[in-house]
This record gives sequence, C-alpha cells and structure tokens, in this order.
Amino acid sequence: MDQIDRELLNRVQEGIPVTERPYAELAEGLGIGEFDVMERLRLLKEAGVIRRMGGVFDSRRLGYKGTLCALKVPQERIEDVAAVVNRYPGITHNYLRRHAYNMWFTVLSESQEKTEGILAEIKRETGIEDLLNLPSRRFFKVRVKFDVKNI
Amino acid sequence: MDFSEADKKLIVELQKDLPLVSRPFAELGERVGLSEAEVLERLNSWQESGALRRVGAALRHRAVGFVANAMIVWRAPEERIGEVGELFAALPEVTHCYERDMLPDWPYNLYTMVHAKSEDECRALAAKLAEMADVDDYDILSSYAELKKSSMSYFAD
Repeated sequence: MDQIDRELLNRVQEGIPVTERPYAELAEGLGIGEFDVMERLRLLKEAGVIRRMGGVFDSRRLGYKGTLCALKVPQERIEDVAAVVNRYPGITHNYLRRHAYNMWFTVLSESQEKTEGILAEIKRETGIEDLLNLPSRRFFKVRVKFDVKNI
Repeated sequence: MDFSEADKKLIVELQKDLPLVSRPFAELGERVGLSEAEVLERLNSWQESGALRRVGAALRHRAVGFVANAMIVWRAPEERIGEVGELFAALPEVTHCYERDMLPDWPYNLYTMVHAKSEDECRALAAKLAEMADVDDYDILSSYAELKKSSMSYFAD
C-alpha cells in the first residue's frame, strides 16, 4: 500500500462523489488517472482492506428499528449459541466482549414486534434467559472513519 | 418516507459493491430500469433527506491497524445525558454514541464505541472521556472476537 492508496482510502471513506464519473473526480484530486483509481480500489477490495463500497443508509429513515442486545453465554456454549444468533440477516454485528454479558449483537428489523419475535426465538432455542434488550432512546453519532496512515 | 418499487430496487443494488466502471451509476440504472440521470437525482435527494448517509467505502478495521475496539457504557446523571452525549460524539475516536434505557440489572444509559490500536489504548481513551465529561461510573467491554460483521440487506424480500 503506498501513499496514494492511503489517501484514496481516507477519501473514499468520506464518500465518493455522486456524479456521472466519480472515479475521474477522485483521480483528479489525487493527481492520477481514472483507471488507476479503479484498479487501486479493485486491489484494495481484493486484499480485504475495503469490506464494501456502496450506499450507506440511515436505517431509521428506511423504516427500520435497531436495538443492541446482550446474552450471558456459558463459555462452552458460545459456538452453538452464535450459530443460532448469526443466522438472522437483521443481526449484522455480533461480538464477544469481556463481561458476564459476553455476547453482544445488534438487531435491525421493520418493527419492534419482529425484533421481539427474533429475541423470543433466540431465548427459546438456546434456553438462555439472561438477555438484555437495549433499544436506543437517543442517537448522537455514527461515523466510522479510520485515519489510514503508515500501515 | 415512502419508497417506490423502483427506489427499493435501486437501494438493493446500492448495498452491493459499486461497479468499478467509468460510469457506475449508469450501470446501476441499467440493472433497475432507470436512466443515469434518474439514479443521480434519487441519490442526491436521499442524501439531502438524510436517508442516504453517503456512497462510500467501509474498511475492515483490522486490516488498517485498528485491531482493538471497546464499548464503553456510562451511567451519566439523567440531567446531563444530552450534554455528555454531544461531548463524546464530537470526538473523532468515538465512532458510535447512543443513549439507551437503563434496565433493573443494567444501570448504564450512554454507550460509546471506540476503536484503537490496542486494548490499552481503548482503556486510556475511556479514562480521557471520563475526565472530560466528569462521569466516573463506567465499564469497558473490550471485544475479543468478531462473530459476525455484515452489511444490512434492506428491502431484501
């Protein structure tokens, strides 16, 4: 990865122009060619640095509701409980964290009823009753942007 | 906000990788039966309304050196939640900040996510935030395994 890649990554995280030729515009700002930009992005995607490049939507404005949940999972059951939790497409993030409540996941769905249905199913299938459901009350920020330098 | 069937098709396409061709929005349009101009017009209006935050790249944070992340949960005094939430949200190290309801056995009302190069750095950040906000009741939940990380598929069915 060279300096131009790093600068390109910083820019495409901010957003690419919504215009007829976005890569040409990015290229102009970096002093390289349009096809060079496309090739660099292709390689960064292939190398796994870019997870996805596309539309980033505000789920609430598309009519979806989100919540954060946590389960207390015994160490020896982590794998089978994760298999139950991860199969829902609306559960997009699932992390193990150092705490008695150790499995933390997010649920997005079209309605609170649907979310409650998913959580009831998870409880039933795993037999785990210790579940925190923490819907957000107020939103302050979501902005994941990593300053890419010297890596 | 209401979305037509054509809008929803376009949103589904936008959740995939943007084509690496000279005129990517023309190609998206072709897939869903819209002209390039119609695609650009929709995207611009969704950006204005806030439904579309941006068209951009999400990185695998581990691949760019941010190997540690922690959720820091705070118990802020009820009357100071707004002030503290805004203070935290203004910091570049904080990627997510939400207020959530407390539960009987879960006494926290403010949630921040921080990403850093190590767990120690996450802890140092938490201490910095605590001092800035003058809130000392908090817990750090470091992540030690990612079990799932995917992008949501809106209007998939």
